[in-house]
Amino acid sequence: MTVNLNEVRPGQQGLVERVNGTGQIFKRLLEMGVTPGAHIEMRRLAPLGDPMELRLRGYHLTLRKEEAAKIAVTLL
Amino acid sequence: MSLAESSTIQAAEMVTAAGLRHIKVALAGNPNAGKTTIFNNLTGMRQHVGNYPGVTVEKKTGTCRHEGTRMEVVDLPGTYSLTAHSADEMVARDFIINEKPDVVVVVLDASNLERNLYLATQLMELNAPLVLALNMSDLAKARGVEFDIGQLSELLGAPIVPMIGHRNQGTSELLDAVVAKAAQKRPARAAVRYGEDLEGEIAGISQLIANDGAQLRRYPARWLAIKLLEGDTDVEGRIDSQEILAAAGKSAEHLETVCGQRSEVIVADQRYGFISGACTEAIRSTVEARHNMSDKIDTVVTNRVLGLPIFFGLMYLVFVLTFTLGDPPMGWIESLFGWLGEAVAALWPMGSPSALKSLLVDGVIGGVGGVIVFLPNIVLLFLAISILEDSGYMARAAFMIDRLMHKIGLHGKSFIPMLIGFGCSVPAIMATRTIENTKDRLTTMLVIPLMSCGARLPIYALIIPAFFPHTWQAPMLLTIYVTGLILAICGAKLLKATLLKGDAPPFVMELPPYRVPTLKGMFLHTWERSWLYLKKAGTIILGISIILWGLTSYPKKTAFDRDYEAEIAQLESSDQSDAKAGSVEETIAELEQARQAEELAYTSAGRIGHGLEPVLKPMGFDWKIGTALIGAFAAKEVFVAQMGIVYSVGEADEESDSLRSRLAQSYTPLQAFCIMLFCLVSAPCMATIAMTKRESNSWKWALLQFGGLTALAFLLTTAVYQVGSLLTIGTG
Repeated sequence: MTVNLNEVRPGQQGLVERVNGTGQIFKRLLEMGVTPGAHIEMRRLAPLGDPMELRLRGYHLTLRKEEAAKIAVTLL
Repeated sequence: MSLAESSTIQAAEMVTAAGLRHIKVALAGNPNAGKTTIFNNLTGMRQHVGNYPGVTVEKKTGTCRHEGTRMEVVDLPGTYSLTAHSADEMVARDFIINEKPDVVVVVLDASNLERNLYLATQLMELNAPLVLALNMSDLAKARGVEFDIGQLSELLGAPIVPMIGHRNQGTSELLDAVVAKAAQKRPARAAVRYGEDLEGEIAGISQLIANDGAQLRRYPARWLAIKLLEGDTDVEGRIDSQEILAAAGKSAEHLETVCGQRSEVIVADQRYGFISGACTEAIRSTVEARHNMSDKIDTVVTNRVLGLPIFFGLMYLVFVLTFTLGDPPMGWIESLFGWLGEAVAALWPMGSPSALKSLLVDGVIGGVGGVIVFLPNIVLLFLAISILEDSGYMARAAFMIDRLMHKIGLHGKSFIPMLIGFGCSVPAIMATRTIENTKDRLTTMLVIPLMSCGARLPIYALIIPAFFPHTWQAPMLLTIYVTGLILAICGAKLLKATLLKGDAPPFVMELPPYRVPTLKGMFLHTWERSWLYLKKAGTIILGISIILWGLTSYPKKTAFDRDYEAEIAQLESSDQSDAKAGSVEETIAELEQARQAEELAYTSAGRIGHGLEPVLKPMGFDWKIGTALIGAFAAKEVFVAQMGIVYSVGEADEESDSLRSRLAQSYTPLQAFCIMLFCLVSAPCMATIAMTKRESNSWKWALLQFGGLTALAFLLTTAVYQVGSLLTIGTG
């Protein structure tokens, strides 16, 4: 099932399918390993509901839902 | 002549008469990979910190000697890649291209190797001679990860040295590898192949570049081609040839059609594909990646329910500790300066009015002492912050606070500089360097002074007990701090809506694993920031204290309204055994004080105070407050001492009851509150403005900050005073 990353719930894992966003920040995300095929796990949301904490390639990354919405993920 | 050949000649030329080789080594790596620890291990005390020209990026260099080779080591800024997203990355990239270091050591965090290798692949494309330092290998081992160093090295095309930086292990092996690599002088073979389609396009563009003029010779053609396909705007700007740019554009379109993804995605994808492949072959995980200690801690610390309470609790703890633990040392310093003042005064014969003595004792020692007294508080605050930062907690704090910051239009990362601002604005403004987005960085810089800094504390400590009953005191102080915070938030919103309009910055940040801060690290970080505060004291405050002393001492009045000399002489010669001897002394003291007050009104400072009255009156201030504010304008630290001089209360500090009672007699609580408000909102000191200028690289923003804060202070204080007077609040 393909969803956008902002819809993924804490604890769910998936593989990145497409990076739809353009612009500097998405270039940055690509460099940090959010590439098609990357295994990604949604760990939790911050207490105020945003941003989200993700785990990929052995480290933890924070990302706001706004940006996460532009990344398509296939749930495992 | 190729890069390799010219470098070989360079290396040969570097052999000095003593037989020492001299090489240049650059340290690159991700943030949090332990690069700085390794730099410190290599260079020890032989370090120097400066700036890269034209940008506010720190340049750290040091020297090191190993087996007959002398190395100049440059610690490049920590970066995730060499795409020029920020000044840090531009600096790192330009250094590698322009300075052509003999060896580039890439410090890799073994626990998350894949992401760390991304930078290495980009360096390979720049033909940089690489040595890979596999740092934190103890942590990786503890997680059950095993590396086949030989195979990994073969696959990546560079020597790999396992290291444990924080235990200084692997350092000499690293130096061996560096020396060996420098001797080789063979550029790393481009290890990453990008797949047929991409390689085809790269070849085409490379050819065009190679055919082009010499201007592009500095850069490896293949690297340029790849950068163009990645859409690197900085590189695009450096290429004159429309033909090349057009060809790159067409290639990118072609690739998107064929592969179904944008070319930048394909490039990143291929890089990681290469990295993953190498890692899968050469690395084995014997233990399933379980929840490690960091994850467990985070389950509590960034918990939906517990996270924020823990955060506020920690902040509260930090402030309480800063003030309670800081009290005893403050007392010692006060005594020290008091003793110093007396010792210096004793150099002159008793009672002789010497200008130099007054300058030294009142001006210099008094002024500077008043600032140094707060050093313990400042140091403790910075120590607490460095513990929170080094342990990794600050990243979690930024993560949790981000949503609030976002609402203001700022960034989770703005939080730490603002926190530092409660200690001193000067290092706080420096700390904004971590904010990549220029507009957000500027906004944060401009509102930091509204975080009530340490210099204003003596003002509150003087005024609050003088005017407000015991139960009101703590709430009053809290009100002041909160007012500052609210104003900062409103100010930030306003700036982001008008002058610094821009998209709210995205928040992408790594959450590094928790670790126990090293003593050395804590000490260094605390010292770096505290030193700025001290330096300010030693230079600016000193200078201002001297100037103020001059303004408040001259011109000297010789003809008084009353003949004080005669009256005092009369009282002194009256019968000493008189029972009213005590009140005689009191009267003499009062006469002295009255004379000093008249003298003051005559001096430059006094006259300026009088001159400012039209501006002061709407705020409820009189010329005396104006005089004190003149000095405070330049640095809030001097306000209390100045008030003491104005009310001719000998050496005044914020503990001074006599000053307090005189103030209470002269002003209403409303006026007192207005004084504090004005001091809160107006610029804390000239050092802050100077730092803003330095960090923003222009006078425009510094002056805007100064003007804006002053205007806001005036308007707000006037409003509060006028409304308060109308409603007769606190005018009793």
